[in-house]
Amino acid sequence: MTPRPTAMLIPIAFLGGLYFAVFSNVASFLPALLNGLTVTIQVAIPSAILAYAISVAAGLGRLSRNAAVRLMSGAYVEIFRGVSLLVILFWLFFVLPEFGLTLSPYVAALLGISLNAGAYGAEIIRGAVQAVPRGQYEACVTLNMPGWRKYSRIILPQALIIAVPALTNMTIELLKGTALVSAVTLVDVTAAGVRQNQLTYRTIEIFSVLALIYFCLSQVVRFAGALLETGFNRHLRTGRS
Amino acid sequence: MADEKIRFEAVSKRYGSLTVLDQLDLSIGAGEVVSIIGPSGSGKTTVLRCLMTLEPVDDGVIWIDGIPLNKELRSGALIEASPAHLRRMRTKLGMVFQNFNLFPHMTILQNCSEPPVYALGAKPTEARSRAVDLLKMVGMESKQDHYPAQLSGGQQQRAAIARTLAMQPEILVFDEPTSALDPETIGEVTEVIRALATKHSYTMLLVTHQIDFARDISDRICFFDKGRIVEQGPPDAVIDSPKETRTQQFLRKVAKAR
Amino acid sequence: MDWRWDFTFETVIPRILPGLWVTVEVTVLSFFLALFLGLFLMLAKRSKISFLAFLAAEFIEFMRGMPLVVVIFFLFFVLPMAGIYLPPIWTGVLAMGVYNSAPAAEILRGGLQAVPKGQWEAAYVLNYPPHQAFRRIILPQAVGPVIPGLGNLLILAFKETPLLSFVAIPEMLDTAKRIASETYRFTEPLTVVGVLFLILSLVSAVFIKIVERHMIPEMRHGR
Repeated sequence: MTPRPTAMLIPIAFLGGLYFAVFSNVASFLPALLNGLTVTIQVAIPSAILAYAISVAAGLGRLSRNAAVRLMSGAYVEIFRGVSLLVILFWLFFVLPEFGLTLSPYVAALLGISLNAGAYGAEIIRGAVQAVPRGQYEACVTLNMPGWRKYSRIILPQALIIAVPALTNMTIELLKGTALVSAVTLVDVTAAGVRQNQLTYRTIEIFSVLALIYFCLSQVVRFAGALLETGFNRHLRTGRS
Repeated sequence: MADEKIRFEAVSKRYGSLTVLDQLDLSIGAGEVVSIIGPSGSGKTTVLRCLMTLEPVDDGVIWIDGIPLNKELRSGALIEASPAHLRRMRTKLGMVFQNFNLFPHMTILQNCSEPPVYALGAKPTEARSRAVDLLKMVGMESKQDHYPAQLSGGQQQRAAIARTLAMQPEILVFDEPTSALDPETIGEVTEVIRALATKHSYTMLLVTHQIDFARDISDRICFFDKGRIVEQGPPDAVIDSPKETRTQQFLRKVAKAR
Repeated sequence: MDWRWDFTFETVIPRILPGLWVTVEVTVLSFFLALFLGLFLMLAKRSKISFLAFLAAEFIEFMRGMPLVVVIFFLFFVLPMAGIYLPPIWTGVLAMGVYNSAPAAEILRGGLQAVPKGQWEAAYVLNYPPHQAFRRIILPQAVGPVIPGLGNLLILAFKETPLLSFVAIPEMLDTAKRIASETYRFTEPLTVVGVLFLILSLVSAVFIKIVERHMIPEMRHGR
């Protein structure tokens, strides 16, 4: 097998990183940045899980036979896709208390991000369910499958396979969305970077590290997505050998 | 046989470890109509694609009118042909695709009148009147302002044939021209091709699955298998009394399928 | 809850509308910049020079994983360090243009790839010179598939403009925040901004659907 460039890059990056961390001025701002990274991850993972759940619920809701459910899911999707995440975050944190509902910064961030991503996810799930060939539905009918079983065993599993690449992109967008949580006073990795920049004026270093951190995070998401995709698809590959 | 028009000389084509054409020798006379039949994956279409310079060949030389096609004579040596040489040589060649490949953003008339303008530098008015004549010839004059997507497969293929003729080629190459058609529209396309074969002097090379049609219009049938010509000769000889066992097997299978 | 309509109509809306104009301005300018940069990125990615193609592909991937705020902050701090002093609004346009050039490149590339290979082959066999084949045959067919994607990108860009409030560019959200800090009333300004965004996104989505439908009517017939 031919050596892949990434296989070479990983040790170089590791050694370079060690050298950089110890001997350069990175040490002055890196701890603060890593504290911020912890917050970013603490926000990103639960909101991603919540967003997937909302996606499936609202995506199926838009295809429901019940008109009220369809209308509500549709309104949810249009509202949360139509308004920017930053405005949603501000609104949840500053306006909702007026209505008697005060959210902690963390909960506001979690809700805002997952509701926003979930609206995009709902459209992905809806498209994927519709992309499952008609013949599959017809086969379920001829096999006398009950409705819920048709969805849980036949349609949804196929739809999820179709949706994986788009959901990967949605997750990366969600990850990028966490960079806005400073709006609700959380100090994530971006906010930490900006704050450190004001303290140390090491602009280039700070933003390079910041950019690398986001690149690594998004690559992890992409890798996980690719893994899921090949895992799901291993029985679907056509052709011999 | 009349003068030689096309000659494949020890032409080989490989995709990785798969040999699609294996030292192919084939000579076609001017005005001759040759059909290639054979099982799928036997390299039939590759012959056409190599002739059209859509695929580079790995070994051997293809000659047209005694001029090398995929090579160029430079100071006594044969070197790889330049794009300009290929372009010059392709003016003699016209191809009809299995999937028509009409340009969907142009009307049928534009499909037939634009290529001569942009590729040959013809005058737009002349190209247009020629295109009208050709569309009349294939029976599509009433549809000339339609877009391809508005037409049936058979109509699209007839328009595609007119477009190919508009370039005034000497050699016509058909790649399974009826394979993508609904059964009821196959007839109208084969009629057009039959007229071209009998009433005009084009040199024609066809790949087809329609054995009866091939027998009707061809001067010669080549049976292809595994990148080689297994058997060739007049239609009656190859189709009615094939000598090779592989030809017999293939024809039996096709006859059963009918 | 207390919602004051007089405050909404007499203070909030008159002050936010100029912010809307800034938002639209930044959106449109940065969109065209993104399109322009994206075209070059796409051409570089399709280039036969493998190093160039590699660089373009990596840049696109890198940009797609990067939050826009980071790009905005970076340009705001770095450009002056490099001796380039731009009005904040131009820095904002530049940041959003660079940020959106990556998805724009991917959309444009997708449009070209949506043209079947047979169309290239037909043009080749009909002896079109390569540049004519691209201009007369491939490009017109790539426009249709590209429009929905670019439309969505435009709406996305529109919804990204509030991030410019981080660097105090006076767009809608920034104006709302100013009103809020002067009057200690968050409810009306933030709600008005939210509603304006909602209305404008919905209207532009409908508009893009109409453009899409009228762009290539003939090709929609049949299959």
